[in-house]
Amino acid sequence: MLEQVSTRLGAALVVALGVCTLVFLLIHLVPGDPVEAMLGESAQPADRAALRASLGLDRPLAEQYRRYLSGLLRLDLGRSFQDQRPVSEILGERLPATLKLATAALLLALLLAVPLGVFAARRRGSPVDAGAMAFSLIGVSMPNFWLGPLLILVFSLWLGWTPVSGSDDPASLVLPAVTLGTALAAILARMVRASVLEVLGEDYIRTARAKGLSEPAVLWRHALRNAWLPVLTLIGMQLGGLLGGAVITETVFAWPGVGSLLVEAIQARDFPVVQGCVLLISLVYVLVNTLTDLAYAGVDPRVALR
Amino acid sequence: MQRRLVRLLPFAVIGLWALTALLGPLLATAPDRIDLPRILATPSPGLPLGADDLGRPVLDRLLVGSRTSFVVGIGVVALSALVGSLIGAAAGFAGGWADLMIVRLIDVFLAFPGILLAIALAGILGPGLGNVIVALSVVGWVGYARLARAQVLSLKTRDHVGAARALGVQPPRLLLRHLLPLALAPLIVEATFGIAAAVIAEAGLSFLGLGVQPPTASWGSMIRDGVAYMLVAPHLVLAPGLAVMLVVLAVNLLGDRLRDRLDVRGAPG
Repeated sequence: MLEQVSTRLGAALVVALGVCTLVFLLIHLVPGDPVEAMLGESAQPADRAALRASLGLDRPLAEQYRRYLSGLLRLDLGRSFQDQRPVSEILGERLPATLKLATAALLLALLLAVPLGVFAARRRGSPVDAGAMAFSLIGVSMPNFWLGPLLILVFSLWLGWTPVSGSDDPASLVLPAVTLGTALAAILARMVRASVLEVLGEDYIRTARAKGLSEPAVLWRHALRNAWLPVLTLIGMQLGGLLGGAVITETVFAWPGVGSLLVEAIQARDFPVVQGCVLLISLVYVLVNTLTDLAYAGVDPRVALR
Repeated sequence: MQRRLVRLLPFAVIGLWALTALLGPLLATAPDRIDLPRILATPSPGLPLGADDLGRPVLDRLLVGSRTSFVVGIGVVALSALVGSLIGAAAGFAGGWADLMIVRLIDVFLAFPGILLAIALAGILGPGLGNVIVALSVVGWVGYARLARAQVLSLKTRDHVGAARALGVQPPRLLLRHLLPLALAPLIVEATFGIAAAVIAEAGLSFLGLGVQPPTASWGSMIRDGVAYMLVAPHLVLAPGLAVMLVVLAVNLLGDRLRDRLDVRGAPG
């Protein structure tokens, strides 16, 4: 077990290093000169030289990479080009809002998807099932940059129930969480349904029924416990979509998280902040996925970690 | 009757999408003509979907936008499926060090939330149709690579491959003629869902201002521009959003059906 855990952690570290390398290379993909892209064409040569030096772009690539990695170990992600503040400090201010939004969206998706998927599986072929599957298909196909404005139109502008944007009022979390969580709920509902259907065909379910257990006991205690496993894997895989979707959702609702920071930084051509945002969100994703894998092995002892 | 309608619906929507993409620029007479007296005009017989904040006809812009999404959807899938399948199949076929390196590379790319990397790439490369296709393909190839590799790994020990090898067939030909055709079914299903993902992603990038350059219309940028006038002119947001959703829904339905037909197991990535 310990060996498996350390192997999994080792693999995660290799991936994390690869992520850091790719993010480091991002700034070198800027067409032409990144310094000119940041300062504009009319900048003074002295200003350009100063910025080039402060970004370390005047050094050989290998040395830039070494400096970048050693900076990362000290949580030094460089400084924002706009206000000279350390990128890590800015990210620290923005991360809690993103985590709050992503957690709310995940909880909402689970609260919606699990009952929906279970009922759809129980009443297979019924109108409930058809409705759940229609919801799933529409939810997956509904772009969040459209759902968000629609929700604002109906619930904020027409009904006046929730604030249009911002994050001060607790009610302001509702619409962004619904916007971000709907697609995940749609995918999960489908998976829960398929998983429960498969489990309900197993012999031990027949045994549980035969020994006279009530249907809810069979369903919630016996079936769902085993149906959980594929769903758990899927949640880990879909968290990337959730974190990526947060960029658009945060922008729609002016939610002050890392996602809206990324879009602001791109518009300002503030490349150190762009790199920092991508790095942070991706590393959070790697971390959560690693933890999901370990949890999976914890839930099901038969699972061997690769 | 009703069943049959539902079965035909995705084909009708996809057909209409392809048709407007190919003919749209001919049909749309004035997608960029600014007409100030018509600003935010609501739908009327002469102006079926109303006009936007610059008085441009929404229907004409919707038609041009369908070309943007079609070009990106098809372009991204063609590029990323081709490159990804070849890389993945070659890795699975070669085995050893080359395979290990490519598996590591795939793992690293999968570690990024896809749309996040696409947003950063599109932001860094700058707006434009070509850059959108490049950014989404850089993110998209890994799915095909992983699938093709897994397929080739399981297929390469089959008897007919050994027979071809014994007959002296060279590895590139072996890969292209004897292995990839058998690996196609899951790749086709993945590519179908890939079109839906690319259409949403293109509209998302354009919504963030990272897609095609104005004044060229994209459904995503139409939604973004319309949000400011949502209360007085909701049609500016409703029309392009409905277009994105219908196309994505139709393509997803087609993907589901193909998956059942070709008997490919497993959820799309």
